[in-house]
Amino acid sequence: MIYRRVFNVPSWRFRSPFDELERMRRQMDRLFEDTMSPHQRPRAGVFPLINLTEDKDNYYVRAELPGVKGDELDIQATSNNLAISGERKIAAEEEGAKYHRREREAGTFSRMVALPGEVNTDKVEANLQHGILTVVVPKAEVAKPKQISVK
Amino acid sequence: MTDTQSKELKVREKQEVTSPAEQTTPGLVFTPAVDIFETEKEITMLADMPGARAEDLSIDLRDNTLTLSADIAPVGNTDEENILIEYESGRYYRQFTLGELINQEKIGAQLNDGVLRLSLPKVEKATPKKITVKAG
Repeated sequence: MIYRRVFNVPSWRFRSPFDELERMRRQMDRLFEDTMSPHQRPRAGVFPLINLTEDKDNYYVRAELPGVKGDELDIQATSNNLAISGERKIAAEEEGAKYHRREREAGTFSRMVALPGEVNTDKVEANLQHGILTVVVPKAEVAKPKQISVK
Repeated sequence: MTDTQSKELKVREKQEVTSPAEQTTPGLVFTPAVDIFETEKEITMLADMPGARAEDLSIDLRDNTLTLSADIAPVGNTDEENILIEYESGRYYRQFTLGELINQEKIGAQLNDGVLRLSLPKVEKATPKKITVKAG
């Protein structure tokens, strides 16, 4: 609660007329954060959505690409970027098929992922299984954390 | 209905299931996107379920209600640290009510690259039988 102390005596509070509103506003913010937090995740807004994680030796980039085969995907690694592009195709069904629902989409996609440190581009491995692409990017030797022992 | 030109794919949020029933195991549950189409002989359903494995998939048809549910393979090692997470992983669940009568013995399911293709053959209509009336 924001209030001004008069002469530093807590009991003599000079309340601003907007106190109640401040409190309400803060409560509303908290309410929205709790219900909307999955959607407020920072993201680039480009397909495919990726999860980037690391351990001490590698970076892992994962994306969900159902229905895409390994040879329809183009992955390129530069010194600290990973470019993923390709096309998702939906096979045409036979003539006379009546669609009741069409929720899946087909199209091209292209995305660049910036990696936080230097990587070793010769040893990048990519694995596409069950519709999930996992790219293991080993960190360059200079970027790995080195243990320093204290004598 | 096919797309002849390729367009850019846009990001679609994964739809989370908000069901009144509580889950027994912790984790998020999503509804997979499906395409449903029908020919004379069968109804075919295609569902995008990335991360689902054939052994974790269960397809249940009873009382004209079709239930698809799949668990996902666990991702990653525990000592990985997150840098940027844009999507969550979770189980899949979706239910449909089928109007047509389905021949339950011949239901076929195939899971390739995270896409489930479910074919539900319709019951063959009974051939009309001619009933002769004996004059008595």
